[in-house]
Amino acid sequence: MKNIFLFIQRNFNFLGFLILEIVCIVLLNNSSKTHQVFFSEMAEESTGKFNKQYNNWRYYFSLKETNQQLVEENARLRNLLPSNFQSPDSSTQQIVDSLMRDSLGRSRKYTVLPAKVIGNTLTLQNNYITIERGSLQGVKKGMAVMGSTGIVGVVVAVSENNAKVMSLLHRSSKVSAMLKKDNSAGSIEWDGADPSFLILKNIPKSSKVNKGDTVLTSTYSANFPSHLMVGTVYSVVADASSNFFTLKIKTGTNFFALQYVYLVNNAGYAEQMNIENSTEKNP
Amino acid sequence: MSDLIKNIVRFALFILFQVFILNEVPPLHQFIIPYIYFLYILWLPFNINRFALLLISFAFGITLDYFTGSAGLHAAPCVLIAYLRPFLLNLLIPQDTTEHSYLEPSIKSMGWAPYSLYVALLTFIHHFLLVLIEWLQFGNFVYFLGKVAATTAVSLLLIFITEMLFFRKAKFRTNKA
Repeated sequence: MKNIFLFIQRNFNFLGFLILEIVCIVLLNNSSKTHQVFFSEMAEESTGKFNKQYNNWRYYFSLKETNQQLVEENARLRNLLPSNFQSPDSSTQQIVDSLMRDSLGRSRKYTVLPAKVIGNTLTLQNNYITIERGSLQGVKKGMAVMGSTGIVGVVVAVSENNAKVMSLLHRSSKVSAMLKKDNSAGSIEWDGADPSFLILKNIPKSSKVNKGDTVLTSTYSANFPSHLMVGTVYSVVADASSNFFTLKIKTGTNFFALQYVYLVNNAGYAEQMNIENSTEKNP
Repeated sequence: MSDLIKNIVRFALFILFQVFILNEVPPLHQFIIPYIYFLYILWLPFNINRFALLLISFAFGITLDYFTGSAGLHAAPCVLIAYLRPFLLNLLIPQDTTEHSYLEPSIKSMGWAPYSLYVALLTFIHHFLLVLIEWLQFGNFVYFLGKVAATTAVSLLLIFITEMLFFRKAKFRTNKA
């Protein structure tokens, strides 16, 4: 206590000076709006600085909790992502085959259904593609599958929401195809070697095949509409022992980057198969 | 005339001169505001109590403030120079002779150079603090210094004229007081 008084006594003038200056500032603060704003701002700024520092420390201690909250938030938001809510694709696109006419006008033969590719193999001998569209969305066994730049395969198995497509890159895949140039038909197969190339067999040597000729689906196929792109002739091999060429076809479809495909439903498929598979009753 | 009465009269005269003459001068330039009132503090006697000096300066400044309607604006620099005045005087005057033989700071009692330095420094400090708390920021620092320097120069000119006009006879301290 005595020391305090001593201190005050020793620094009496300085303390007096300080007190008077403070009184000046207070008076100034009371009389002038500008100064009032300035001083309150200054006070807030300095206390704000301390608060910020203190908050930083507190923030550090609640980091664990914050992390937990963020993780939960992330999980919640991820569950809201639109890609999680992909509804089964049930849209349809109709193609009217203008060649099929009857007395009532035109009747629909082919229906095109878009589908997303969710599985695809290339490296096996028997490759399959899985699509996200099933029987509930109108997929049936035997439907043709095409991409935007060429045919892809045939549906071989259907579940409720998915379907399995036998890719053209399958040892037992067989699609009827023809040369665009002269409509000579053959059959597309795969030798299991390179996913970029198919084999077109049974083109007669009478047709003049050149490199780069376009190959389309033929009119004979039950599941594929005619004149769909298959690929282009890459090389011509003349088999000396037969009357047919064996053509190496560059695929129209890029099987390496398959995203969306279109399923083609032939309304007359069952009937055609039925008649093709029936045995003659009266030979 | 006793010192007390003389200083009271000076108090009133400085205030009135500052308020009714210098503050009425139309602004010549943004830099120039003539101030001379604080010369009162510089002229206070040597032997005044330091705390009394502070109080008198505060009262002087606050009086001017109430005339100009901005409480505390001039009082703060007045108290500052009143606080600094004794230190500066201790540095500038020969300790053993002057303080004991003369009553108040003047050209005669201190000599030209020390007195000029004393006035110039305190004037500068006064204006520095005054402009600072008037603006509450340095803003453009060159502009700020320009304003302080120009105001100081005008004040010094006024003080010089005052010293010439009212030549104070350097009074010796007498034993009877």
